[in-house]
Amino acid sequence: MRGLAAIGLFFALLGVGAAHAVTPDEMLKDPALEARARALSTELRCMVCQNQSIDDSEAPLAKDLRLLVRERLANGDSDRQVMNFLVARYGNFVLLRPPFEWQTLLLWGLPPLALVAGLIGLIVAARSRPTVSAEPQALSGEEQKKLAVLAKAGE
Amino acid sequence: MIPELGHYALVLALALGLIQSVIPVIGAHGHDAALMRLGTSTALMQFLFVGLSFLALTISYVTSDFSVASAFENSHSMMPLIYKITSVWGNHEGSMLLWVLILSLFGALVAAFGGNLPATLKANVLAVQSWIASAFYLFILLTSNPFLRLPQTPAEGRDLNPILQDIGLAIHPPLLYLGYVGFSIAFSFAIAALIEGRIDAAWARWVRPWTLAAWTFLTIGIAMGSYWAYYTLGWGGFWFWDPVENASLMPWLAGTALLHSAVVMEKRNALKIWTILLAILAFSLSLIGTFLVRSGVLTSVHSFASDPTRGVFILIILMAFIGGGLTLFAWRASTLKQGGLFAPVSREGALVFNNLFLTTACLTVFVGTLYPLALESLAGEKISVGAPFFNLTFGPLFLVLMALMPFGPLLAWKRGNILGVAQRLMAAYAVGIAALAVAFAVEGTQSVLAPFGVGLAFYVMAGAVVDLVERTGLFRMPLGIVARRAAGLPRSTWGTAVAHFGIAVTLLGIIGAGTWGVERIVALKPSQTVSLADYDLTFEGMMARSGPNYSEQAAKFTVKTGGVTIGVMQPSKRNFIARDTSTNEAALMTRGAGQLYLSLGDTNPDGSIAVRLYYKPLVMLIWFGAVIMMVGGGLSLSDRRLRVGAPKPANKPADKSTTKPTLQPAE
Repeated sequence: MRGLAAIGLFFALLGVGAAHAVTPDEMLKDPALEARARALSTELRCMVCQNQSIDDSEAPLAKDLRLLVRERLANGDSDRQVMNFLVARYGNFVLLRPPFEWQTLLLWGLPPLALVAGLIGLIVAARSRPTVSAEPQALSGEEQKKLAVLAKAGE
Repeated sequence: MIPELGHYALVLALALGLIQSVIPVIGAHGHDAALMRLGTSTALMQFLFVGLSFLALTISYVTSDFSVASAFENSHSMMPLIYKITSVWGNHEGSMLLWVLILSLFGALVAAFGGNLPATLKANVLAVQSWIASAFYLFILLTSNPFLRLPQTPAEGRDLNPILQDIGLAIHPPLLYLGYVGFSIAFSFAIAALIEGRIDAAWARWVRPWTLAAWTFLTIGIAMGSYWAYYTLGWGGFWFWDPVENASLMPWLAGTALLHSAVVMEKRNALKIWTILLAILAFSLSLIGTFLVRSGVLTSVHSFASDPTRGVFILIILMAFIGGGLTLFAWRASTLKQGGLFAPVSREGALVFNNLFLTTACLTVFVGTLYPLALESLAGEKISVGAPFFNLTFGPLFLVLMALMPFGPLLAWKRGNILGVAQRLMAAYAVGIAALAVAFAVEGTQSVLAPFGVGLAFYVMAGAVVDLVERTGLFRMPLGIVARRAAGLPRSTWGTAVAHFGIAVTLLGIIGAGTWGVERIVALKPSQTVSLADYDLTFEGMMARSGPNYSEQAAKFTVKTGGVTIGVMQPSKRNFIARDTSTNEAALMTRGAGQLYLSLGDTNPDGSIAVRLYYKPLVMLIWFGAVIMMVGGGLSLSDRRLRVGAPKPANKPADKSTTKPTLQPAE
């Protein structure tokens, strides 16, 4: 659904109109608790939607999850506990930010690795390569011949 | 009859494409001018025939010829004319036809305006361009024919998906495709250079305007898509890190890197191999984007496996061009001579740094987008990678890049003085710190990071201004000289400063809307008032209205600030008759750079209606910044040396009559 901003919209949109996510009746009375619920909701995936958080989705499942999150929070769960509960129930698929595990090693590791490798590569290249400060090199025999030809032609 | 003509025109375009794929290459190999010239004519005719084909499809849609299957599926006789036209590309088949239309347009542009290219290079470029075009003509004809007829003509069409019935569909896809597909030219130039085994600064000068044009279109195309999503989807977000968005962001990142490395190549004859690689990658990412979006693989790996014809076909095209391109690169790149030495601290060094960060950012998006697909198909494990991941990984990379951005244009070529530049940026730091202080003073410490972001944005904007001030000598010299120097500055210098300014404006918008936005979700009964930021909104009541192919329930809100009425907002819910689906039309009111945003929810049994109200300060700057970037791209594109074209190198020094470089107009 959210693919509207790219060409995939034609493909991704399957005829579901946009509507509301969080509705007034779901919201908790305690603003601090509600704020925590909202923050958690943005990290949780609506599992029947395409890449939407439960905070954004109007799907019934997302509503159920929102209510569940609020129920746990109201019962005094910490954010961590709520997350663990949902992961135990639905697996890592429910997390929009995957945990750092061996299966996600490359996901988390590749970008910083590429950056560090690139930086090291550049430093090595800069050290090994002669820079503008290096002495000008003498002309090779072939170049001197070419120069001679040019000089002759120029006369 | 007309659909058959369109179909036939596309088949002819394929035939022309196949001829153009082979003959000019043979001509270039044997230095046969006539064979090489053939590519020019076939490229122009390809565009003509694809254009006719597209016109035929458009006529089928506009005249509501529902015997054509795709028109039946996606059009309706009651739709306004504009949507009848846009619905041509509001579906898979038609959008692929638009894709090849733009591809053939670019081929024709090279044919028409590439008169100053060396004949062999032009022939090879047109041939490579035609390989791509032929592959996609085949794809359309074999798997996605938009001209297929139904055995019996239905009386009425099924209507365009209501969410696409918006002016956004007229603007966003064509612009995006101009960018996406525009990178094919850089790709064709890169492959042609590898085939010839020769590449020089002149090559970069020819490639740069095409890349710049594609980048400019892609920038504005992505921004327009983002704005469309923002006002249509009803929850006020502007970027969702959805795979289809990422599909357009990756070519943008690679293209931005290419744009910068091509500068180094053009000016200093360095970074040749890298530039070629980026040119291949930028278009490869466009192809990957097309694959992701068109194959259905995103919805689910399994839906891809159950109907794989289209997906597999694109996958084959993808592998042929990316694999072929990279193989050719691996084989031939070593034959390209490196030139132009430079110290690590120099303009070149800064641009290398820029490339490192942009490519890493691109890799991050790439990994984040494809990892779930790879993991699911390899290990059967399902994970989600969403906005929180990208904010955490992509965000810092881009912020570091922006913090260093003002240094680049101020550094000298070959060897720069970083301390000198740091000193010259004093004014920019001052502006940044002042903005930081003001942001803290006004908004308090509810978010510690946001004021720093504001400071960063203002520092980058000031840095772009400092660049221009330094170059024109403003405040140091008499105004007359300043004016003369300003007029004498290359347009590309103005373009750089303007585009860098633009991205900072966008950053400011993202921070403003993301951090200081106010949201209220309430159930309202008529005549109740809600206050939001400095505004009071009174719900006056609901009213029924009807449009050409829908009926809607609109809510009327009177907006007041400080007791003064400033306007009326009418968010609505539309019900589209043909598909019996409803959409949510948000109401927007622009106040300075901020916006009030209202969107309706469900009606409750007690007669109240759920309403989401937002005030998003600075939100317009997100897109305004993109427009500034586009202007920067346009300024750079109008640079004299890009318009005039590259001087022809004198290859026979003995012949005095040709030793003087001659300038030839490119247009």
